[in-house]
Order: sequence, then C-alpha cells, then structure tokens
Amino acid sequence: MNSDRFYYNIIVAGFGGQGVMVIGNLLANAAMIEGKYVTYLPVYGVEMRGGTANCTVVISSQQIGSPVVGKPHAALVMNLPSLIKYEPLILPSGLLFINSSLIEPKETYRKDIEIFSVPVNEIAIDNGSPKLANMVALGAFNQKTKLVQMNSLFVSLEKVLDERYHHLIPSNIKAIEIGAKFVQSLP
Amino acid sequence: MELVFKRPECLIDIPFHFCPGCHHGIAHRLVAEAIDYFKIREKTIGVASVGCSVFMYDYFNVDVLEAPHGRASAVASGVKRARKDRIVFTYQGDGDLAAIGIAEGIHTANRGENITIIFANNGIYGMTGGQMAPTTLLGQKTSTSPYGRDFTSDGYPIRMAEMLATLEGSAFVARVAVNNPANLMKAKRAVRKAFQMQIEEMGFSFVEILLACPTNWGMTALEANRRVEEEMIPYFPLGILKERKMADYL
Amino acid sequence: MWPFECGEIVENQEPEKILAKGNEAIAMAAMDSRCLLYFGYPITPQNDIPEYLSKHLPALGGEFIQAESEIASINLLLGASATGARAMTSSSSPGISLMQEGISYMAGSELPALIVNISRSGPGLGGISPSQGDYFQATRGGGHGDYRMIVLAPSSVQEMYDLTCLAFNLADKYRNPAMILGDALIGQMKEPLIRRKCAKMDLPVKDWALTGAQGRKPNRLKSLYLQDGELSEHNWKLHQKYEQMKKEEVRFESFFTEDAKLMVAAFGSMARVSKTSVELAREEGMKVGLLRPITLFPYPEKALYDLSQRVKLFLTVELNTGQMVEDVKLSVERDVQVYFYGRPPGSLPSPEEVLEEIRKYYG
Ligand SMILES: Cc1ncc(C[n+]2csc(CCOP(=O)(O)OP(=O)(O)O)c2C)c(N)n1
Ligand code: SF4
Repeated sequence: MNSDRFYYNIIVAGFGGQGVMVIGNLLANAAMIEGKYVTYLPVYGVEMRGGTANCTVVISSQQIGSPVVGKPHAALVMNLPSLIKYEPLILPSGLLFINSSLIEPKETYRKDIEIFSVPVNEIAIDNGSPKLANMVALGAFNQKTKLVQMNSLFVSLEKVLDERYHHLIPSNIKAIEIGAKFVQSLP
Repeated sequence: MELVFKRPECLIDIPFHFCPGCHHGIAHRLVAEAIDYFKIREKTIGVASVGCSVFMYDYFNVDVLEAPHGRASAVASGVKRARKDRIVFTYQGDGDLAAIGIAEGIHTANRGENITIIFANNGIYGMTGGQMAPTTLLGQKTSTSPYGRDFTSDGYPIRMAEMLATLEGSAFVARVAVNNPANLMKAKRAVRKAFQMQIEEMGFSFVEILLACPTNWGMTALEANRRVEEEMIPYFPLGILKERKMADYL
Repeated sequence: MWPFECGEIVENQEPEKILAKGNEAIAMAAMDSRCLLYFGYPITPQNDIPEYLSKHLPALGGEFIQAESEIASINLLLGASATGARAMTSSSSPGISLMQEGISYMAGSELPALIVNISRSGPGLGGISPSQGDYFQATRGGGHGDYRMIVLAPSSVQEMYDLTCLAFNLADKYRNPAMILGDALIGQMKEPLIRRKCAKMDLPVKDWALTGAQGRKPNRLKSLYLQDGELSEHNWKLHQKYEQMKKEEVRFESFFTEDAKLMVAAFGSMARVSKTSVELAREEGMKVGLLRPITLFPYPEKALYDLSQRVKLFLTVELNTGQMVEDVKLSVERDVQVYFYGRPPGSLPSPEEVLEEIRKYYG
C-alpha cells in the first residue's frame, strides 16, 4: 500500500463467550470516531454455541477494499485453537498478542514476528472483574499498538454495548485502563 | 425397574450437539427406545426436519432422509406409499410443523397416512436464534416479538395436538412432556404406543412432546424445566387426546 | 392520506455517522423510505432485518408480520403492494426459492415491492456461509414466465442503505418487483453508515392501486390474459419496460480502467475482495482494473462491450463455480479472453489468492 496511507488490520479470535466480538466492535467504532474508514467482519464457528468466534477489523485512512484479510498485521488470540489457526498467517514483523492465561507462550513458533503475552484472565481476576478479561486485553493491545485513543474506546462503549449493560460502562473503562497500565509498567 | 437412560441400540454412540439442558436429546432417546423395543431398527426410515434436530441422521442408527423445511410429513408420506412394509417417522419442530409445514401436517393426518410424527414443541425457533414460533405463549418475548407475543398482531399459540385430533384421519394423538420422571414415563409409553399403532396399521399417529430450549428462553436448565411445568403445561395440557381402537377400514 | 400510501421519504434525523451492520442498514433504509409494512419468515443470515423491524415498526405505526412461511410472506407482500403501499420482505436462498411463484405473479401483475435476498450457500439446505450461488435465480427470473426483476447488488454497508432506497424508487417507477441481492459477508459486516436522504425521483401516481372504487372505475390487477392476442400484448409491454430499464437504469463502478490490460469483473462481496487484489496488482506494476456491476439486471452490457474494444483480458471472480461469467462472455467482443476464478461456498478467498489468479492470466 502507499506509504502515505494508514492501513492496518487485526484478527481477534477466541472462544464464543470470551467477548472477542466486543473487542472488534470497540476498535472499529473508536477508529470511525477518529475519522478513519473501518470494516468489522464477524465470523462465527459452525457450532451454534460455545464454538470459536473471530472477527476481522480493518482501519484505514482511505476507502477499504476487502474486509476479508488473508495475512493480518496483528492477531489478538484469546485461546489455543485461535493461536494455532492464526499464528502462521501473520505478516512478517507483524504482532501476535496472546492471552498467556490460557496459552503457554512456548506454544508459539514464529521468530519473524513480535510476540506479546499478557495474562489477561489473571489480571482481570486480580482486579475483581473476572468477566472483563476481554476489556483488559483490549486496553493492553491498544496501549501496545496505539491504534486509537483510549478515550475513543471509552466513548464507543456506549454505542457498542446494549443499553441493558450501560450501567457496566464504568467497570469496562476501568478494565481497559488496567490492561493499558499493565503494558505501561512493563520494562 | 427398566432403565430409561440406558443408551438405546439404535442411537449412535456420539455426544449430542444440543445445548446443555436441551430436551431434544431426551426426546431422541424416547424415539430410539421405542424402535429398539419393537426391534424394527432395520425396517425404520426416519425423516429429519429443519431445525435444531436436523442432525438426526448423525444420531439414529437407521436410514434417514432430510426434508425441506416444513415438508417432512409429505416426504414421509411419499416414502411410506412406496414402501408400506417400512416404519416411517418424522421428527419436527414447532416452526417446521406448525408454521411452514402446517398444510402438509394437516393433510398427512387427514389422509390417515400410516406414519408417526414426533412433534417437538419448544415454543421457539431454536436453530435460527430464538424467533417467535406459532406455539410461543402470549406475552412471551422473543427476538421477533420484542414486546411479548400479542394476539392482536401475532395470533394465539396453536394447539397442534387438539387440532389434529379433530381430523377423522388421525388414529392416535397425545401430548407429553419430559420435564420430570413421572411425565417422562408417560412420554415413553405414548411414543411406544404411536409406533405400535403404525406397526398394527391403525393409521396416523402423532405425539407432541413439550421441550425446553434453555438457550433461547434465556434460562438455566433448571429454570427452563420449571417453565415447562408452570407455563407450558397449563396452556398445552398433557394426555392422550385420541386413540382409535380399530383401523378405519375394519 | 392513508398511512401506508407511498410518498416522499421521511425527513431523516440528524445524519450522524454510525457503525452499522449491513442487514440493519437495509431495515433503516426501508423505514426512511416510508416502507412501513414488513412480512417475512426467519432464516439465517438475514434475521437482523426482521428483528430490527419488529422492534422499530410499531412505533412508526407500521405492520410487522412474521408469517408462517415464505410462501405466505410473498403473498402478503403481493396483497399489500396492490394497495399502492410500499412494502417488503426479506429472506435467504431456500426462502427465496419458495417465493418464486409469488414473484412471477407480481411481475405479471406489475406490482412494485422490495424483496431482499441475503443469500446463503446451496443447493438444498446448503450452509450459511456467504455465497453468490443465487445469481442465476435472481437475474434469470427464477420463477416461471418471461419476466425480469430489477436486481441491485450492494458491496458496502452504505450501499445496503442507498440501494434499498433506490430499489423502492425503481420498483415504483417501473411497477416491477426489485431485489437486493447480498450475502452473509455484506449482511453481517459493520461499516460506518450515514442515513442520508435518498435522491428524489419523480414517481408516477399509483392510479392502478386497489383502494376501493370510489368515484372511479374499478381497478383490476391480474396476470391472467385469455383473450386472443392479449397475453402477447401484455408480454410485449413488459418487454418494453425491461428495455427501458436497460437504457436508463444501468449502474456500475469502474476502478482503474483507463490503462488496464486486464479487467477483473466482480459484484457484491467479491468485488470488495477483488478491489484490494487490484490495488495489490497495481503496486506490483500490473495494469489491472475492476468493473463492478451494481445493477445485475439491467446488466452493464454496454460498459463491458466498450471496455472490450481495448482490453482483451477479463477475469471474472465469483463466490460460486461460474454464473455471472456467462453475462461477461455475452457482453464482450468475440476476441476477448474471459477467464474465471470461483469458489464454491466454504472459505472466502483472500485478496492475495485473487491476486495469484491475476498474476496467472496477466502474463
Ligand atoms: C424455506 C426455509 N425457510 C426458513 C429456514 C430457516 N429455518 C431453519 S430451522 C427453522 C425453524 C426452527 O424452529 P423449530 O422448527 O421450532 O425447531 P427448533 O430449532 O426449535 O428445534 C427455520 C425457520 C429454512 N431452513 N428454510
Ligand atoms: S437452541 Fe434450544 S432447541 Fe436448539 S439445541 Fe439449543 S436448547 Fe436445544
């Protein structure tokens, strides 16, 4: 792609129920608020429930062609089956973000990409919100990549979460911040 | 005492794909158990409908044919007319039988086709993700009745068993549930009876089974079981609605 | 005015940019086009449309019916549109198959309405993965008789909205059923959407509508013509209409065509994927362009013919094993090589895979 053009794509993958779709939605919505072109493409496993789920987010400064991505710049994987599926696809010098609470970092094999592990479930549990591991992952991922402003993610929560869950927005914000802080505190 | 939950011979030994707490698995066992009881595995042909039970061909160790959505009873009639010496049954959800396939269902019963329909009524569209079904109860919220089922626009829940029992063509019609051991025993007897009627060439037999769909009811398995008792059975009363003693032509 | 009589587009709210799903964009466009009557039957992957409308139509005074089947849905639609009201149904492939009889009657009786097909893969029950296997069904009539439907193929969420608005207008303009043909990719994808007002179109008065014969001669809507010569006259009249559509309503997008040596032809979801492949090919210095039909009927025959005066290599990319490629072949000059790259349902090709094909034929 042209060098003056911003173009980045991510695959977010995990078990159904791990909240990977919310991560993708928030990234896409935040980038849209910041004036970028975005596509968000969900793919559900064949099993109706409890199967694997993944989504692809493309963010660009220009109109986006394919919402389908063969070789992503980054993959955020929340479980082992997703690691096995997506690690081989990442572009050279791309980013592999793994949830080291459920994936042993030694399971990875690529030497030509950056591998970044964050134990998101442990962090979430330590902070008293075990259900928000996905938000911890999002905060950490975004701190690492600086794809969008943190504040855009916070604003997006209101648009992305169903109204029934709006009372949970403050705790979601907190979880995103905790994920970001964890990355900041790394040497 | 007989074990209800010994794995019937004509069920293939693989785990069901159904959600935890789903009653489809229990209903499948009842059918399988009846086939085993009459030792008719090798002469039975099943017709799968489109719904969460479409994967019937993966579980039943008998010949199985897939029918277009709603058309299972017509397809089964075709099979039976071509092979009157075989035992033919359909297993259909409420969307499949009471909505899109209601015309075929009624006319199959009315022709007195000597087949058995197992009607799995969970009051919702399971496979497509929880839309309103013809048997959804009044006031029940679903993804296409977000304000609750309202008879002024959505009509009333249909009582299929009662309707089919009025037809001269039907020979055996019952409604059962599988939400507790007592009901389960009655259900087992009814399903067995339905197959017996077919074997004895008495004509059309029909068993409606009330099933829980915890996933699309948004409930735990226990809550869903309780809902069958407290909300479904009062509207869909259990029992044998019709039992012909002699075949029509006798 | 009776509430469902069609008319001007509802004034839009603040046209804020939102992140919306393709299927929901269709539902929003219907409401914004003052289509307040929806009839349908659940089927994946289009359930977002009825779910959205069942939630929002009541507040607008509209009617939402979950019918007992697609056969009922299309006939509810036939009845509603006969009153001159804007109305729609949506479904997916097996459901659209069941509607074919009704669609043929609507074409024969010249009734305007919107039919949405967020198609899935077949044949039979097939699967729910994206597929373009319904191209023939949509463009070749599908039902019986010598008729055509207006078929629009969006390739973005914004187009799901815009083309739905356009489909209502074209249906009214020509008194003909119109179809939006999408798939799970376009239907489930989210992109920024602006609910902007659709361009105004001068639409004929619906003096044919059945509203009760008060102070006028009774209106009749029918497709049965038994008098000598009557039916052939009716068929010629329909034909004239389709010819007029071919003259006035062809829409397509062309991308990097000026100096192209090889043209990719693709529609809907595959056009999106192919667009990136074309960009990648350009980066490698290959002179490749893309032609994306937006109207599948009327088909951009002339645009393809004109291009084929200059470009002698065409590659049709489809999510099936070869359907639109026949229209490409019919449109271009005889000395043009038309290649095909297709995928049966299952996995979606990535832009890199399509690029591989481009390299193969570019020479
Ligand atoms: C012609 C057609 N229309 C719609 C569908 C989509 N569809 C699949 S299953 C189903 C209904 C499922 O409900 P039900 O019969 O009650 O069975 P359950 O899944 O609840 O067991 C529908 C509408 C289809 N496959 N074919
Ligand atoms: S969705 Fe409902 S009917 Fe289908 S398997 Fe799950 S619990 Fe059973």
